Amino acid sequence: MLLQDNWLYSWQALIRHKLRTGLLLLAVAIGVTSVLLLTSLGEGARLFIEKEFSALGNEVMIILPGRKETTGGSVPIYGSTPRDLTIEDAVAMEKISTVKAIAPIIAGTSLLSYQGKSREVITLGSSTEIFSVRKLSLQTGRMFTSKAKDPAQAVCVLGSTIKQELFGNKKAIGEWVRFSGQRFRVIGVLQERGESMGLDMRQMAIIPIRSAETLFNSPALFRILIELKQSGSELYTENKLMALIKKRHEGEADITVLTQNSLMSSFNNILTLVTASIGAIAAISLVVAGFLIMNVSYVSVSRRKQEIGLLKALGATAQEVKVLFLTEALLLVSLGVIIGLFFGYAGTSFAALLWPEFPLSIPLWATFASIVIALGVGLLFSWLPASHAAKHDPVLALRGL
Amino acid sequence: MTGPLIELTDLNKTYLVGEQPLQVLNQVNLIINQGDYVSIMGPSGSGKSTLLNMIGMLDRADTGEYYLNSTPTVNIAEELRAKYRREHIGFIFQNFHLIPRLSARENAELPLMLAGIGAKQRKQKVQNVFTKLGILERSEHLPKQLSGGQMQRVAIARAMVMEPQILLADEPTGNLDQKSGLEVINLLEALNKQGVTLIVVTHDSDLGKRAKRQLTMVDGKITQDIINNASSG
Repeated sequence: MLLQDNWLYSWQALIRHKLRTGLLLLAVAIGVTSVLLLTSLGEGARLFIEKEFSALGNEVMIILPGRKETTGGSVPIYGSTPRDLTIEDAVAMEKISTVKAIAPIIAGTSLLSYQGKSREVITLGSSTEIFSVRKLSLQTGRMFTSKAKDPAQAVCVLGSTIKQELFGNKKAIGEWVRFSGQRFRVIGVLQERGESMGLDMRQMAIIPIRSAETLFNSPALFRILIELKQSGSELYTENKLMALIKKRHEGEADITVLTQNSLMSSFNNILTLVTASIGAIAAISLVVAGFLIMNVSYVSVSRRKQEIGLLKALGATAQEVKVLFLTEALLLVSLGVIIGLFFGYAGTSFAALLWPEFPLSIPLWATFASIVIALGVGLLFSWLPASHAAKHDPVLALRGL
Repeated sequence: MTGPLIELTDLNKTYLVGEQPLQVLNQVNLIINQGDYVSIMGPSGSGKSTLLNMIGMLDRADTGEYYLNSTPTVNIAEELRAKYRREHIGFIFQNFHLIPRLSARENAELPLMLAGIGAKQRKQKVQNVFTKLGILERSEHLPKQLSGGQMQRVAIARAMVMEPQILLADEPTGNLDQKSGLEVINLLEALNKQGVTLIVVTHDSDLGKRAKRQLTMVDGKITQDIINNASSG
């Protein structure tokens, strides 16, 4: 039998039972669509985090106070030394040859008020380098210029939402606001940027680090961001940092150094695994569709015994009968896959329109995997009914037995 | 042709009915030549349909041999038997066995399709046979839109498109009214006159007597073998 006749014959058998075929198509399509939609969510999360890290720049290192170490007991916990990371430590780090810029950060919450309006605000104290290291730009006004070693200045830069809430459409630049009672002059408003590394920059205020030290009455740094002159010098810089801190902290290298690439790579690995896992869970629906195909194929073989007997009487071999039934299943699954791909991609595009900030994207591997799994399941689960059809004795089959 | 078309020697076939063996063919010996017109009659369970299935290679004998064109066929591979069925044998059944979802033309094209013949050539061949059988205008009708006589003509067309040497008809008029039955049997006899070997299994003694050679079976044995020189064939 010619290949095109094989497909034509199987197609005619499928369209004869429109409802049955339609339901099976739906089962396969739902399976494929589920795999695509769920993996697109996982992939979207991965891309989102990648984008967040990229916004920070590839040559950034993050220094956290305290050393990650496993202490005693049966459950490993992270321990840290009681010594704080200070502005002086950060200033000393500037001398390392591979360091381009240092942005020490003190973080805290303060009550920001202006002309009777007030609200809690996460306040970051840092040096002028924070703007370049975090790639922050201004909507209006200017950045403050004080470095880590410079004395305190009563100036601040507000996030766009904070500015809107306190000033509305009124000009904020030059106005005086109070952070927990201390007066600061607004010199700039941040560009509306949205979230970055889990922090909503629209809801924040930035003040010079020495001012923050006074405001929060603590010299302890939340973290230090270091921008390197060039990528590839992370290891050298880390060693230098450790040596420096050891010298300054009485022989204890009590800091944790995170590099941009290592963080990104960890997140990538975790999220790729998560995406693959949810894809695999979704693929279970394809296996369920496979069982449906097997069940319906057995019923179909049973109902078409006389047809099988006739085909054999007309000269079809057992193998040809088997191929006919397998072709039917493959045709059904192929159509289901096409419909599933359409709805998967259409659904993802629609969701991307609804949430443009979340980069939903179907990974290519998920598309291939869903096609291969669906076709594999179709072939596997129709193999037994097709073999059963092929084994029918023509004499008995013609009599419908 | 060097020998007979069909030669059966000491053919035996036993089925198990429950746990009891039932011998349906018992030492059957038969020679049929190209162009013969043979009817097989006998009571129910006498083995006539089993004999027809053996000749049609739908079933295998337990012992004995079946030579088709002097080639032994009992122990050959199933694929080869399928090929012989496709190329040498045409079947006509009492209940037509047309596939309901296919049109009359598509039903008749089935053997050609299984033989790997292209669509254009198939259509042409079927058109020629349908013209001869007077059902050309019914080509695109589904079986449910045809009368019994027309359905059997489609089945005859399906059996004829491969131009087989042998036509096996199992009660070909059993589901037809008298007029349609007569038309069908006239068609089959016309094909026999063109050289096709025709073997008909029937309960109908009038139909059986039309054959040139009448076989009667009882309990798996051929008990009568009459040559009828005055037959209509």
